[in-house]
Amino acid sequence: MTALVIAEHNNQSLNAATLNAVAAASQLSGGFDLLIAGHHCGAVADAAAQVAGVGKVLVADAPHYAHALAENLAPLVVSLAGNYTHLLTASTTNGKNVMPRVAAMLDVAQLSDIIGVVSDDTFVRPIYAGNVLSTVQSTDGIKVITVRTTGFDAVAATGGAGTIEAVAARADAGLSTFVGEELTKSSRPELAAADIIVSGGRGVGSAENFAIIEKLADLLGAAVGASRAAVDAGYVPNDYQVGQTGKCVAPTLYIAVGISGAIQHLAGMKDSKVIVAINKDEEAPIFQVADYGLVGDLFKEVPALCEALAK
Amino acid sequence: MKILVAVKRAIDYNVKARPKADGSGVELANVKMSMNPFDEIAVEEAIRLQEAGKAGEIVAVSIGPAACQETLRTAMAMGADRGVLVQTDDEVQPLAVAKLLKAIVDREQPGLVICGKQAIDDDSNQTGQMLAGLLGWAQGTFACNVTPEGDTLAVKREVDGGLQSITLKLPAVVTADLRLNEPRYVKLPNIMKAKKKPLDTFAPADLGVDITPRLKTVKVAEPAARAGGVKVADVQELVAKLRNEAKVI
Repeated sequence: MTALVIAEHNNQSLNAATLNAVAAASQLSGGFDLLIAGHHCGAVADAAAQVAGVGKVLVADAPHYAHALAENLAPLVVSLAGNYTHLLTASTTNGKNVMPRVAAMLDVAQLSDIIGVVSDDTFVRPIYAGNVLSTVQSTDGIKVITVRTTGFDAVAATGGAGTIEAVAARADAGLSTFVGEELTKSSRPELAAADIIVSGGRGVGSAENFAIIEKLADLLGAAVGASRAAVDAGYVPNDYQVGQTGKCVAPTLYIAVGISGAIQHLAGMKDSKVIVAINKDEEAPIFQVADYGLVGDLFKEVPALCEALAK
Repeated sequence: MKILVAVKRAIDYNVKARPKADGSGVELANVKMSMNPFDEIAVEEAIRLQEAGKAGEIVAVSIGPAACQETLRTAMAMGADRGVLVQTDDEVQPLAVAKLLKAIVDREQPGLVICGKQAIDDDSNQTGQMLAGLLGWAQGTFACNVTPEGDTLAVKREVDGGLQSITLKLPAVVTADLRLNEPRYVKLPNIMKAKKKPLDTFAPADLGVDITPRLKTVKVAEPAARAGGVKVADVQELVAKLRNEAKVI
């Protein structure tokens, strides 16, 4: 009864989301191992061996694992699955891409986006944009699971003493090729891990106007997020999107500016500890989930807020 | 290149879902149902590829009760050439959906399958990846741009840090993200035309697929509601509350 957690990383460092997936694995009755599949990823393996509670760290190092392409990663996970009762990974875009392929190859169901562990075969997951929580029991021999990171507090990145073990790489499936990536560069904290998030919506009005959101974020040391409307309108890149189909976040403080609060947006942020809404429409649904609501023109209120904070 | 598009009949995106009183499932009686929004994007993409001369016939497939015919007619009104319904009143979970779609793919031999990246009811985000896994095909999930280039497909994907570009060997499965395109509005004459387009119906048993659910729903419940908040009069009051009451800044 051991779980295998597939680690997410960039071949240099372990992605923090992995520590939340490990937290879910730690609530199962057996221990857990970590799989690092990558290329020249020795530093990640060393970091993984430090993760609190880890048993073995399996390392598969090959050029075709460098970018976590599902066509190559899934057969590797499947080849290791026989030793495990649970396969888990964080619900990142990588995790969501790879795990269902693994599940289908094993002929088992997948439990997506779990936020709670009831027992070794029963889990809680949000459905219908988080408006309903479903408790589901798996009848399959191997449980394939993606873990919503906001549902579990990360385990400590240090304190463990895992044993690193190389595993054989599988052949390149030859189905897909990594061409390149355009990653958003920002000196601000990462959205998924930020303590404070300032998000802008359609009300912000333009890409240029987003500067006032960014200014507020920088004063607070916050990450910048956005509603789908703001992303669709091209004000900010896609990876800023918070919501049912974007990122799910649960910071200590979430400030929603010019966001009306569609169900789909609320799904991604309503687990935040404290929510502030600034919107000129006092009927906006965002005020129903906000701890503190400020009805007013964001172009007046946000600069005023910046000024008040700077004092 | 023939394209197969999978479309799901799901709760309308404007409707707030509620659990049934006995906690056995979600209340869907008398609730407005529509095509899953991501599947509309998938249909639109197939049509655009056809209009650009990059695709041949478009076959829309839906799985579920007889009412899914409406969803298929919508896809055909948008521009799909014909429909296939795998009709069942039983619960069909993503693995079974993927197996049924594979059976249809085996019959139809498309060069490309496009699905929505997730359905907004169960929010599983699994079917396309599972189908690709069962077929042993390449997968381009969360696609925001799709360009056929001979026997390969260039796909731009929305990933956590930004955008990723990959090349897939065809045939392949693509799942549509929000910004792949903006689906067209259906025009009345096309709704009339869609009624005459062919629609074949199968039962899961006809396709030799066992759809027995692997996940058992123990209960469904509403999440704890957030306690109602307060309105503040101005920025000074807001800052004071955040500093002294919530203590978050």
